[in-house]
Amino acid sequence: MAQLVEPLDATTAVRQVLHGRRVDRAGALFQLALLLTLVLSFLVLIALLSDVWMEGYPVLAERGMDFIRSDLSSLPQEAGIWQGLVGSVQLMLIVSLIAFPLGIGAAVYMEEYARDTRLTRFINANIRNLAGVPAVVYGLLGLAIFVKALQQVTGPGDQGRTLLSGGLTLSFMVLPIVIITAAEALRAVPRSIREAAYGVGATRWETIRSHVLPYAAPGVLTGTVLSLARALGETAPLILVGAVTGFFASDATFLESFRDRFTALPTIIFVWAKQPNAEFRALTAAAIIVLMAVLLAMNSVAILLRNRYERRW
Amino acid sequence: MQGRSDAGATLTLSGDPGRQRKERIVHALFLAAAFVSVVISALIVISLFREAIAFLVQVDVGSLWADGWFPRRGMYDIKTLVVGTLLVTGIGMLVAGPVGLGAAVYLSEYASPRARRVLKPILEVLAGIPSVVMGFFALTWISPNLVQALWSQASLFNLAAAGIGVGVLTIPLVATIAEDAMHSVPNALREAAYGLGSRKRTTSVRVVFPAAVSGIVAAFIVGTSRAIGETMVVAIAAGGTGGSLFTVDITGPGQTMTAAMMAIATGSDQVKGAALTYESMFFVGALLFVMTFTLNLVSERFVRRVRRRY
Repeated sequence: MAQLVEPLDATTAVRQVLHGRRVDRAGALFQLALLLTLVLSFLVLIALLSDVWMEGYPVLAERGMDFIRSDLSSLPQEAGIWQGLVGSVQLMLIVSLIAFPLGIGAAVYMEEYARDTRLTRFINANIRNLAGVPAVVYGLLGLAIFVKALQQVTGPGDQGRTLLSGGLTLSFMVLPIVIITAAEALRAVPRSIREAAYGVGATRWETIRSHVLPYAAPGVLTGTVLSLARALGETAPLILVGAVTGFFASDATFLESFRDRFTALPTIIFVWAKQPNAEFRALTAAAIIVLMAVLLAMNSVAILLRNRYERRW
Repeated sequence: MQGRSDAGATLTLSGDPGRQRKERIVHALFLAAAFVSVVISALIVISLFREAIAFLVQVDVGSLWADGWFPRRGMYDIKTLVVGTLLVTGIGMLVAGPVGLGAAVYLSEYASPRARRVLKPILEVLAGIPSVVMGFFALTWISPNLVQALWSQASLFNLAAAGIGVGVLTIPLVATIAEDAMHSVPNALREAAYGLGSRKRTTSVRVVFPAAVSGIVAAFIVGTSRAIGETMVVAIAAGGTGGSLFTVDITGPGQTMTAAMMAIATGSDQVKGAALTYESMFFVGALLFVMTFTLNLVSERFVRRVRRRY
């Protein structure tokens, strides 16, 4: 109201606003606070990595390959992660064989074949909801279905608590992620590519096989590698399905081992993390370093794939 | 292949029965693959609720409201688990909510494209940390360096450390969804605000934020849902192996729904243990499933509201 008493002409008013000495302190503080949230996340990350590194590096430096090649043991100086590494690799093999074809197939159906019907919308909503189901719940599913109901199929050994049950459970768990990422990659292929194929008389499947899938391949592959990484780090479903949390020895051959008891790298980390003594704490950290190194390698592959083959239409 | 020799006749091209059969088979295969997801959902619901109902039928109703959760001793106090879960989730969202939202506003409104390229990977790496690893970090670093520094009487295993760990894991999710929502606010709104002479902060807080508010609410709901379902951090850092008395003390050990399932599964070599422990696991799982499912449905409604508007 006071300003009205002394009216300014337009030029002076604009000049005052533009050259005003008022520094936007509150605005700068606000921006700083926002930036701090990211800095804070970064610091937590640094704290985590250095905590793990400082606890675990001495073990790796001292034991070297012996730590990686040794079996589980109750003696900290003998215990190693070999069985977990082998188990994790086999689990990822099962996930690749089950979840990838199913997931990519489902994505192709949703993006290329499905019309906008009620069924399509239902399947779509269903996939999104599955992606939000907690990992433990998939563990319960695996326990009820693969371990109990299908124990004749999944293994003769220790009831159904076998590598196969674990792998199938993880496959179900990552399936929605595979579908969603593959569908995104397919959606990024422009219509004109498909129309060009239809124009020369290709059927839908021929179009998909020789046009859409090759162009979508890098994106699809990136998604699959990332979901594999997710499966590698997941622990809760494996514990429920009955990954071995103690010690075990097995002389099963490679093929037999799929229907045998198993353990995995993250399961070993979980079991060791709960041990009270300091030696096992160092072992836990060392195993985490190995796990994180594998995950880092997988993520780098995914990023490399994306950067190398990414196309802008 | 037959069609190629007969290039002039388009009718024979589409009429080749071999190609049509192949087309039909492939179509059916892809449809079957898409249908697997529906089968999985059905299996989840069936396997959870069959055992959960078996539990409810057999259990002595009085033991559902006892002094604590000790399934092997026949004490199935639900409130111990639900309150434990709410405490951990609440602490988690106290961390993930503000930090995730702040990061989202910065990335969407303030960061230059170059700054985004540097800052975004921080969240992506954080999102890629396995929850067992976060559990170890919560137990060996957050608990002694943060929680015990704040409350000197806190035990090494405590709900607060687990909650903070869960929160850190939830930050990227909240940030990504909230940023998406703010990103989809049309630039015209920002420019209109600038045209009226408002500053960056005013524009972000008074224009972009209200316009994106349903998406931001969705981010918080999805974050809560994820935090409720987070398992390994709590299983490692919150203690409560085997069971827990009813507690609201965040500086002491406790049990959440997810950790209770882990405790039963690791408690003995046989998952099928004493009395109703096996069934109780599915009961807790069904409860967890209903909670996260409801939250996800609600969040989807909010996300759709943003999409419809712009």
